Parts: sequence; C-alpha cells; structure tokens
Amino acid sequence: MSGIPHDHYEPKSSGEKWLHSRLPIAGLIYDTLMLPTPKNLNWMWIWGIVLTFCLGMQIITGIVLVMHYTPHVDMAFASIEHIMRNVNGGHMIRYLHMNGASLFFIAVYAHIFRGLYYGSYKAPREITWIIGMLIYLAMMGTAFMGYVLPWGQMSFWGATVITGLFGAIPFIGESIQTWLLGGPAVDNATLNRFFSLHYLLPFVIAGLVIVHIWAFHTTGNNNPTGVEVRRGSKAEAEKDTLPFWPYFVIKDLFALVLILAIFFAVVGFMPNYLGHPDNYIEANPLVTPAHIVPEWYFLPFYAILRAFTSEVWVVQIASFVTGGIIDAKFFGVLAMFGAIAVMALAPWLDTSSVRSGRYRPMLKWWFAFLVIDFFALMWLGAMPAEEPYATLSLIASAYWFGYFLIILPLLGVIEKPLEQPKTIEDDFNAHYGSPTDAGKSSAAPLATPAE
Amino acid sequence: MIKSVLLSAFTALVLSTSGAVAAGGGQQHIVDFDFSFEGPFGKFDQMQLQRGLQVYTEVCSACHGLRYIPIRTLHDAGGPGLPEDQVRAYAAQNFEIFDADLDDYRPATPVDHFPVNDGVGAPDLSLMAKARAGFHGPYGSGINQFFKGMGGPEYIASLLTGYTGNEKEEAGVTLYENSAFPGGWISMAPPLMGEDVDYADGHSNNLHNVSKDVSAFLMWTAEPKMMDRQHSGLVGVLFLSLLCFLLYLTNKRIWAPIKNRDLT
Repeated sequence: MSGIPHDHYEPKSSGEKWLHSRLPIAGLIYDTLMLPTPKNLNWMWIWGIVLTFCLGMQIITGIVLVMHYTPHVDMAFASIEHIMRNVNGGHMIRYLHMNGASLFFIAVYAHIFRGLYYGSYKAPREITWIIGMLIYLAMMGTAFMGYVLPWGQMSFWGATVITGLFGAIPFIGESIQTWLLGGPAVDNATLNRFFSLHYLLPFVIAGLVIVHIWAFHTTGNNNPTGVEVRRGSKAEAEKDTLPFWPYFVIKDLFALVLILAIFFAVVGFMPNYLGHPDNYIEANPLVTPAHIVPEWYFLPFYAILRAFTSEVWVVQIASFVTGGIIDAKFFGVLAMFGAIAVMALAPWLDTSSVRSGRYRPMLKWWFAFLVIDFFALMWLGAMPAEEPYATLSLIASAYWFGYFLIILPLLGVIEKPLEQPKTIEDDFNAHYGSPTDAGKSSAAPLATPAE
Repeated sequence: MIKSVLLSAFTALVLSTSGAVAAGGGQQHIVDFDFSFEGPFGKFDQMQLQRGLQVYTEVCSACHGLRYIPIRTLHDAGGPGLPEDQVRAYAAQNFEIFDADLDDYRPATPVDHFPVNDGVGAPDLSLMAKARAGFHGPYGSGINQFFKGMGGPEYIASLLTGYTGNEKEEAGVTLYENSAFPGGWISMAPPLMGEDVDYADGHSNNLHNVSKDVSAFLMWTAEPKMMDRQHSGLVGVLFLSLLCFLLYLTNKRIWAPIKNRDLT
C-alpha cells in the first residue's frame, strides 16, 4: 500500500497461507500496523488517534442513546430526561456523548491547525486534505443535527437560524429550506429527518476516515520538517522511519489516555460547562431566547456569518454588481461557507516550495495571528451583534480570508526560507544525538524493539 | 399547556430584560451560596434535601410543577432518601393525579410523577437549577462558571432572597423588584418570608436557610444522579491516570534505544 519500501506480510503456517490466498486480511492489518512512520513526529501528531477514538465513542454511546430516545416533538425532551433519570448509567452515557462532541471538535481543530502549520496539505497530500475537509463538514452537519435532538430551546432556535441560512439563497432558497425542514417551519418532520441523518452521517464519516487513512498511508505521513522520507531502498527508508507498531501506537495511546483523564474529569465534575442552560428548557416556537448562540465549535464561523452586514462596503458592492441578488444575508452565508472553502483550497493557494512552517520565518508570524484570529472569532461569535463586536468580527473575518487568499500565495514569492535538514534522520539526530556518536549500533534497537 | 407556562415565564423575562436595558440598569446580583454539593467531592445533604422537599411541598408546589420527577425517586440513595412507606404516604397525602382509566382524580402513588402545575403560568421547576446560569463572564468568557460552577442553585437562592420590597405595575401586571432577576423586575410575588415552614429537625428556618434548602432540593431534581456521576468521574480519572502513567513508562522504555537514552 505504501510508497515507502518496507517488509510486507509473509504467511508462514499452512493456515495463514490458506487464509492469505483467499482473503489477504492479515496482510492488510500487518501492512497498516507496520507502516513506516517518520521517527521525528512530535506531539501534534497524536490527534488522529484521538479523533478515531472520538468517532468510535460517539457511535457506541449514540447507539445506546437511540435505544431510549423518542424522536417526536412532544416526547423528545421528556425522553432525554428519561435517559438521565431512569436508564441504567444513562446520565453518564448522555454526558459522554454530549461532551464527546466537544472533545471531537477540540481534536479536529488541533489536527487541522497542525496540518496548516506543517504544510501537511501540500503535494502529494492534497487528497488527504480534501477528504479531511469533507470529514470536517460532515462532522459539523452531524453535530448540528445532534444538538437539535434534545429539543430544548437552543436546539429549536439553532435549527431555525441555521436552516434559515439556506433560505437566503436567491430564487430557490425558500424551496430548499422547506425541503430541508419537511414543512414551512422547524417541526416534527424536521426532528425526524435530523434524527435519521444524525444516525447516518457518522457512518459516512467512518467511511471517509478509512479513505483519509488510505490516502496518507499511500503518500506516507508528513513530519515536522516537511522533508520526505528517503525511498531509495529499504535500508535508507529505515533510517528515517520506525514502524507504527509499537513506537507510535504506544505514544499515541499515552497521549489519548492523558486526554481522556481530563475528559472524564470534565464529564464527571462539570458536564454542562460547555452547554447552554437554555437547552434545559423545552423547545417553544412562540418564545425566542434573548441570545441564540450555537455550540462553541461553530462560533468562529458564526462570527463570520454575522460580520458581513449591509453596512460593509464589500457587501454593498456585491449587492450593486449583482443587482441585489446577493444581499447581506446571502453574502454572510457565502462568507461562512467560503471560510471553509478557502481552507480546503490551501494546497493550491500556498505557493511556497517549503512544506514546514518551521523553516518559514514569515509564515510563523502570520500563522500565529491566524490561530489568535480563530480564537478571537470564537469569542466574537458568542458576543451580541452590536459594537464594538461587529467591527472586530469584520476585521477578524477579513484576516481569515486574507491569510488564505493573499498571505499564503504571496509568502511563497517574498519569503526567504531557512535551510532545511537534508533528511529526517539528520533532524532526529540533531535532537537526540547520532547513534554512532553514542557508540551504539542503529540496527540493534530496530531488531529487538521489545527488549 | 407547558408551552403557555414557558411562554408567560419568558415573556416576563424578555419584557423585564428589555425594560432594564432601556433603563440602562439592572445588574444581576448573584450571591455565591455555599452548598454542600459543590466541588468534585461535594455531596447532597440528605437532611437539607428533605427540608427543601418540605418547602417545595408547602410553598412552591402551589404554583410550580415538577413534571419530570417520578415521586418514587424520593426514596433513591443520593436523594432525599425517604423510606418507601413515607414516599407512599407523601404521594397520597399531597398530590392528586388525573387517571384516564378512572376518568377521575385519584391520590398519587410513588410511580406517578409530581403533577404538572401551570395554573398561574409559573414555569416547571424540574430542571430549573440547570436551566439558569448564575455566573457569567467576564466578557462572555464563562471563566466564572469554570471556578464557581454554572450557578443554577445560587441563582435560585439569590432570587428567593433578592426581593428589595419595591413594586411597580406595568400593563396591569404587578412586578416586584429583585436583585437577582435579569432586568430587575419579576412577576412572581415574594414566595418566602422566612419562617414559612416548621422544620422537624429543628434547623433554622429563616429566609436565608429556607431559600438555600429549596435550591438544594431543586439541584437534586435537576441532577438526581450527580453523586453517581462524580463518583464515575473520580474512578475514571484515577484509573485513566494510572494507565496513563504506565503508558508513559512503556513509551519511555520503547523509545529509549531509539533516542540513545540510557534508562539505568
């Protein structure tokens, strides 16, 4: 599967040979687990495992919750309370699922920003990046629909606001909105289809995750230097890499368990901290909450959505040029989806020949601003739509687009990159000392990893 | 029916909020009450929950329902912990339930829920301690919630003790000034005056204590499995920390030869 030369599975016993000639599943598992992995991966390369775990946890806890949940506008809220009070361990399963969504998004944002800094999106990993963006979009859809299911006030009004976005599309918007909702407003039909799709999408995500892993197992992992693994021979490749098992499995598990210990503290001691109190009030179409706020992980894009009001000159120009077809509301929707689209286009917007931000002195600063910008947008998304937050949101949104559309293409031209290490082995030895310096054979540890 | 309850509650809230914003005043004042169930090792005080139940039954239940709470859970460990015979007697003496089979009202039994009560449009209290946040900010950051908790029971207790005694009439509705209510004016008349109930355990029944007891009881109705959950959380954290430590050592051991480190 991988382009990096390494040992492949050889069936030894007659039983193994029998199976291998019929279904090479043992070979598939072996090659996946023994994938040569750059040995200089740092601690930002652990989020993939955390994400895979989150997907599994959400699917398992979700399946159990479905056994006790009733997708009906008159019974959904009460069925959640039934889970919290009467189902054995139900309160714990629900809080795991609820906070699991937050852990999922913390991990996915760390994973995405890791990719943006170390240039993981660049050739030849564009497909991995695009699939990753599709997974992220599917996650957002799943999380949004999942938040509607408890049928609290924020569920209902969040659904009303977000599906209203589709109503902003010129000419066909209203028909699309009605089609999505299954009626003129958020009601039982909406709840039922959201429930159905909330159950379906995680399995779509699981499929995409397999393709995501397949893609980067084909290209090999990126690494903090961005320098490719040498592929001239197996011996050469082995100087740059270590097999995934046991080196990275144990490392990733250690990180995962550390994160889970913190996660369990949150679930056990403050499970509602990341939620909104209004969602413990049953949905009421006649009463609008004072502030409709999405879950924290949507806040950055919610801020971008709200930033482009009819007072912004870009919006006015767009409206004038299109003869009013693109109004402020539709412009906001375009900006919100555009913010994710420009991120997906990063492989083609980044013109630099250097992959890793470690060797890009100017990118380092712009990237640091992007991270600050992301948190600023998150904070602004939770603020009421008034000054000074409106202006700040506009500035922060402008930087988000500026980073991808102006800074990334421009830096490749004007930036003078630092010198990169020749090989991954050089980088690793620069940190830990060369094996020959220490008077040890580099082959010995590889041969007996479990000594 | 519940919709009309919430509607009126919210109308009151929204109206009074906008009024206060227009007037440019009305900072919420939430007292950080000291509850026994706070913190990772906090426990519900069984006697306090029983006292709170008494306050709810004798005062609040006149207007507010607890529709999501099965009466049988009064017997549950970690809750008020009434003996089963007392739960039966409590249900039968205090509440009547409409039974569709009988086409008539009958005394409540432990398998019934507390009755819905929306006679005067008062909100249901089952989840009130989770549906309100007492602590916010600064600047919407929620950092206070991180240190002090969400502040639901503190909000309820502050509301009950926060009446200033001022009244005003707006559109034919009497509003009462309250330092904890968002906007400062609430349509609920002061429900507690102090010494509203006589506690069998001889505990002080001044306004502060009665408010605190009923807030603790409402925290239990909102989160009856809180102690179970904290226990699960603690066990989870302990075992995961142990596993984490072992994996740390394993990881260090495995990588030592690669990183040219001598473990001895």
